Amino acid sequence: MTDIGISALEYVEGFRSGSISAEDFVAATLERIRGIDGDLHALVAVREEALDEARRVDKVARSGGDPGPCCGMPVTLKDNICTADTPTTCCSRMLEGYVPPYEATVSARLRGAGAVLVGKTNMDEFAMGLTTEFSAFGPTRNPWGTDLVPGGSSGGSAAAVAACECSASLGSDTGGSVRNPASFCSVVGFKPTYGLLSRHGLISYANSIEQAGPLTRTVRDAALMLDVVAGPDPMDPTTVGPCGPYLAGTEAGIEGRRVGIIREMVGDGVDGAVASAARDAASRLEGLGASCSEVSIEAARYSVAAYYVITSTEAGSNLARFDGLRYGAAREGSGLAYPDYLEEARSLLGPEVARRMVLGALVPSAGHAGRYFLKAQKARGALTREVAAAFKEFDFLLSPTVPVLPFELGSRIDDPVSLFLVDANTVAANLTGRPAVSVPYDIRDGRPVGVQLMADSMRDADLLAAARALEGVSRVEGGPP
Amino acid sequence: MRRIGLEIHCQLTGLESKLFCPCRSDYRGMAPNTNTCPTCMGVPGTLPRLNRGALRGALLIGMALGCKTPERLAFFRKNYFYPDLPKNFQTTQLDAYWHSSAGGPGSVDLGGGSVRIRRVQLEEDPGRITYGGEGRNRTTLVDYNRAGVALVEIVTEPDLEDPAHVRRFVSALADLLENLGVTDPGLEGAMRADANVSVGDGARVEVKNVGSFRDLERAVRFEITRQEELVSRGGTVAGETRQWDEGRRITVGARVKEDDPDYRYFPEGDIPWIRLDRGTASSLRASLPEGIAERRARYAGLGIPAQVADVLSSDSHYSALFDRAHTGPDAKEIANLVTSDLMGLAATREERRGSGVTAGGLRDLAAAVISGRLSRKSAKEALLRMHEGGGDLEGIIREAGLGNVTDSAEIAGVVAEVIAEEPGAAADAASNPEAVNYLVGMVMKKTRGRADPAATISEIRRALGG
Repeated sequence: MTDIGISALEYVEGFRSGSISAEDFVAATLERIRGIDGDLHALVAVREEALDEARRVDKVARSGGDPGPCCGMPVTLKDNICTADTPTTCCSRMLEGYVPPYEATVSARLRGAGAVLVGKTNMDEFAMGLTTEFSAFGPTRNPWGTDLVPGGSSGGSAAAVAACECSASLGSDTGGSVRNPASFCSVVGFKPTYGLLSRHGLISYANSIEQAGPLTRTVRDAALMLDVVAGPDPMDPTTVGPCGPYLAGTEAGIEGRRVGIIREMVGDGVDGAVASAARDAASRLEGLGASCSEVSIEAARYSVAAYYVITSTEAGSNLARFDGLRYGAAREGSGLAYPDYLEEARSLLGPEVARRMVLGALVPSAGHAGRYFLKAQKARGALTREVAAAFKEFDFLLSPTVPVLPFELGSRIDDPVSLFLVDANTVAANLTGRPAVSVPYDIRDGRPVGVQLMADSMRDADLLAAARALEGVSRVEGGPP
Repeated sequence: MRRIGLEIHCQLTGLESKLFCPCRSDYRGMAPNTNTCPTCMGVPGTLPRLNRGALRGALLIGMALGCKTPERLAFFRKNYFYPDLPKNFQTTQLDAYWHSSAGGPGSVDLGGGSVRIRRVQLEEDPGRITYGGEGRNRTTLVDYNRAGVALVEIVTEPDLEDPAHVRRFVSALADLLENLGVTDPGLEGAMRADANVSVGDGARVEVKNVGSFRDLERAVRFEITRQEELVSRGGTVAGETRQWDEGRRITVGARVKEDDPDYRYFPEGDIPWIRLDRGTASSLRASLPEGIAERRARYAGLGIPAQVADVLSSDSHYSALFDRAHTGPDAKEIANLVTSDLMGLAATREERRGSGVTAGGLRDLAAAVISGRLSRKSAKEALLRMHEGGGDLEGIIREAGLGNVTDSAEIAGVVAEVIAEEPGAAADAASNPEAVNYLVGMVMKKTRGRADPAATISEIRRALGG
């Protein structure tokens, strides 16, 4: 029996030593998906052809060739990352059955390195949401308790990694969409420095702040993923570099590093279990030789408001192209005037997307831009300055990833404001372009708690080393029951 | 008082590719929707890749129009729904959020007075819509071949006052843009203009859909008359957008009153903001070609008459040919040959491209005229032959028998013939200069204009014993 619960790196080592074949591993993974995904609904597309692709990897290796650093490792991609051979729907009726005419750079790099795509993962429609309940194709359930949400919007990726439906996944993180579900499902979720990963082929929601990022079972697996997918891309002029290597430095430790505990994120209004887990993590890092003290990021209290103004503005524009003329299931539009047809076509969009697009029509409009969009930009500027100042004093900033424990499906979906606040600790990294990672730290009342570390721009390799140190002192043992 | 402002759109036709993708900049003549790619079709997940040449062109235009060169540039999204926009927003420029467009405020005099420029901005051209059919069979066809072509919008302040100035301004602007090498204004749709017109204290009326510069003048003239008549009858001009009806030569108000559109401008995060340092700006400025006014002055310095210098300096193609051809003393003659003969022979871009006239050919031709070897008439014929078939001047003169007859024996022979045929005139010639001229004319006729006039007169005098 093939153990698919091993880490991605363990698989790679096993493959290289000849003890595991890609075919066996991918076959066992597909078997796992068949067995469990009916309960979890982490995937919205399963690629049976992955088995043939795995066989080809084995064949390359047998004939003495190099199948690449991922050598048949089964991976999944969030369904907003374009794949030219598999539908990419953003879990929206608007893109149901849509197969892109090109492959996203991150997907091309990953698959080019020998990774085998076994499926596309469920998500909140167009990545708008924090629980994966806003998927047009139905919610994903948390492997730690199927009555719990998996977090979101990359909830499918986090659940799939936690439940061993793949060795690693790529999600996308606009305001915490990789880290939040990583925290809720007790896996590692890494949001790179803005520009480290190409966005070519990542269907835009809020393009000025979002990044794709790996979800994995270990920190070193996330580093392996970054080694493969990070780096400049001529197709995305916002990419930066040079960068890496990542995996090579992950054992550098945290001794002598200065860690700032963000006071606003462990104080009043934060769930006691979550705050105490974060403080406990800090004290264990001190045990490894780090120095920890509290730091205040005052502008953080405006970050959720600024985040929703900016993301709604960009979303309203990015999703404007979905007018039913080029995308959207064929509808009887004949005889309708364009505005009526537009309205008809847009009924394909779900409630959360509609909410943010209405906001997006309002906040940058001529009469309101000064009150909302301009203010949000100023808040973003103030936050960036404060975070930059904090990184003069500290190497890393620590906080709980999410201010609350994973909650039940349906419990918050009708209360958008309380949902929005779930993002409180994660949006700062997006608004300031900084890298941040969620590391599984504890299980409280059977519910996972992740701890977030943030670093200064382009210090992604250092951040991985710190995350690896934190992982080493984590109180979590093993995966979901 | 009349106030006319212009919004002139100019495609950067000199570029190989579109503003944000590698598709062709020259889409003309292609089958619909064959000059597209995922980027210019706005396929989800694609990102714009700024064409640096387009940015350079827009900056040069700003500099040539006396605009302020910005230090920080950004692109903005102009959000509105229209089927010719693949993304339902246009990527353009604006002066907002601490960033500017390719050209800031400035002013320029292209003849007829100074005109302030509000802004020069770089943006993407939308696709093209063709409406067809009637009633229930009405169709709207969209061709995205043009979508994403680099377009520069030049916005003036309302500093123009009469339609003739408008026409002069846009035509001089077209010359300027061509001279910069950024566009070919002769290409269909390469330059388009909208006008904002107001009279007295009246509201501003925008006139759109004007197809040519000639129509722009007509549209502005019509609009001024319409507004002034309305006011004289006690009416008030409403602020609105009116369409130019090319067939009826009138402006027509939109049937439905449009709301003031709100484009929800905000910065485009997919194109990194650009900081233009002083060094880059000044080396760009140094690369500006000679301006038309400077060139005109230089030509006047070569002794070329004002009118000829005017015509020649505003044509970048022929002024370049002229500059290659002349050696100084022959400048006036070459300018003459170019402006009064060659420009008529080869006016269009195709005719120019196909022309066999070279700088060397022009130089030889001018030398032959100056030395008296060719009459002006023969020179014109030689130029035509050179234009059509190329070749060097000697060959053309030989083939066509164009060289002046200066050989006195040959002329004497012809003079003898003429005197024999015209005894009356010959008899009068001693006392009447008109009769001499008549005889010269007859000699010219027999030699098809090739006889050297001075040699002919002296031969006649000699034959008549003068």
